[in-house]
Amino acid sequence: MIKVENLCKVFGTKRAVDGINFSVERGEVLGFLGPNGAGKSTSMRMITGFIPPTSGRITVGGHDVVAEPIAAKRLIGYLPENAPAYTDMTVYGFLNFAAEIRGLSGDDRKQAVHRVVELCFLENVLHQSVETLSKGYRHRTCFAQSIIHDPEVLILDEPTDGLDPNQKHEVRQIIRRMGEKKAIIFSTHILEEVDAVCSRAIIIDRGHVVANGTPAELRQKSELAGAVTVRVSGTAGNAIASKMNNVSGVKRTSIIKEDGKSATVRAFPKAAGTNGDFARAIAQALTGLNIEELHTEEGRLDEVFRSITMPDTAKEAAK
Amino acid sequence: MSANRNIKTITKRELAAYFTSPVAYVFIVIFLLLSGFFTFYIGNFFERGEASLVRPFFDWHPWFYLFLVPAAGMRLWAEERRVGTIELLLTMPITAWQAIVGKFLASWLFLGVALVLTFPVVITVNYLGSPDNGVIFAGYVGSWLMAGAYLAIASLTSAMTRNQVVSFILSVMGCLFLILCGFPPVINFLEGVASRGLVDFVTAFSFITHFEGFQKGVLDSRDVIFFLSVIGFALFGTGVILRSHRAG
Repeated sequence: MIKVENLCKVFGTKRAVDGINFSVERGEVLGFLGPNGAGKSTSMRMITGFIPPTSGRITVGGHDVVAEPIAAKRLIGYLPENAPAYTDMTVYGFLNFAAEIRGLSGDDRKQAVHRVVELCFLENVLHQSVETLSKGYRHRTCFAQSIIHDPEVLILDEPTDGLDPNQKHEVRQIIRRMGEKKAIIFSTHILEEVDAVCSRAIIIDRGHVVANGTPAELRQKSELAGAVTVRVSGTAGNAIASKMNNVSGVKRTSIIKEDGKSATVRAFPKAAGTNGDFARAIAQALTGLNIEELHTEEGRLDEVFRSITMPDTAKEAAK
Repeated sequence: MSANRNIKTITKRELAAYFTSPVAYVFIVIFLLLSGFFTFYIGNFFERGEASLVRPFFDWHPWFYLFLVPAAGMRLWAEERRVGTIELLLTMPITAWQAIVGKFLASWLFLGVALVLTFPVVITVNYLGSPDNGVIFAGYVGSWLMAGAYLAIASLTSAMTRNQVVSFILSVMGCLFLILCGFPPVINFLEGVASRGLVDFVTAFSFITHFEGFQKGVLDSRDVIFFLSVIGFALFGTGVILRSHRAG
């Protein structure tokens, strides 16, 4: 549905987006990750046709966004960053306007407005002016606008920003449900959201795509992925670590915690496997010790995110 | 035609926005008070003893509009850019041109409403004497066209900035220039220092010169075309400015 090829955007001397390639099919929810200023919003603005790309090609549903903007825009629902809405209108008036300009009229329009009001829980504020809405309601009003024409493509720029945990949960539910039939791109800073909603995620840093895969694949890039953590009582941490180091697959070990009663030690594998061989090998090496707990770590997305997007200087400092 | 429908939708929204905010009512009240005050006190409507609206009423319009129309038009694009709704509007399946025209038409209609509400002065003059209502009608048409030209310039300056005050000042300056180049004292000064051809060239750009014909009751196609082309040019400029902002 969405195809982005070699997309570039230059502002003055700054290359905000520098050669991005990806595609999103129907039934996919693509998470857009990246630090502030990485080029997420700029990319989304280009896909929705708000700003023209410096070079590269974007097609939405087969329509080139630059050459056939109207046909492409018809397929897209867009929630811009900070969820802007006309403050001088009521929620109802605003949604009616959005439906009308999307070409809906008569009963279709009434039904469309009714549907999104229900979906986004806006009944209570329907006749209230947008100006007086709380941030959460305003956000949902703008979100309602983006889905009013039941678009095939949804572009959501930080759809859960500024919502309380319950509202976040609701919005995620809606996105996931709609993701079954639509092609969705959404950007976020919240990594747990990627796990909860996305079928695939892209990490962008300084205008480049630096990682692209399912959340599970991304987690595999973490150093932590496949590491085995053991808690043993009655043995010193150093002794456990040296036993672990004798296992052939171990890259390094680290003592996580040690107090008078027990020690927690983690062994990192040279190559992350998933079949449990590494955990068994560790367990074997520690035979005879009083093991209280042993488990294999999953990778953590935030660690992957940091290791990929941290500037090189900060990486040096962290070491 | 989907273009017409899109323009209509935007015009409707903008008009509704005018009338839900107090600004519209304040604007209309100020406009009516000013025109009443100038017509009857400064314009010496009664002392003149003639059944005509030309001198006491229409003569002031270029000067009222100088401040009132930029005030009505300053929010057109500046507000969209400040709040960020421009990003919504221009990612809808419409062209930027349709949005520009739709917004302009809404404000122009609004100014038309304000102008129509001065009708008591027409009734007064008809009650007191027997004026040439054709001349009055031509004056109204000319006044509305002139308001459109001011408004298009306000739309242009509004697209330049996200600050309404800056937009207001810029458009007052632009409109002032277009008035002054036909203002008699300025023309007299120019005649002293410049050639006849240059003076004619400069005065040809003046709102006042082109409004004069309407006041005399003449609907000259050249004057109509002048105002319409100012509108067209300024709206085209609005489009160019909006596009250049987005291109970064």
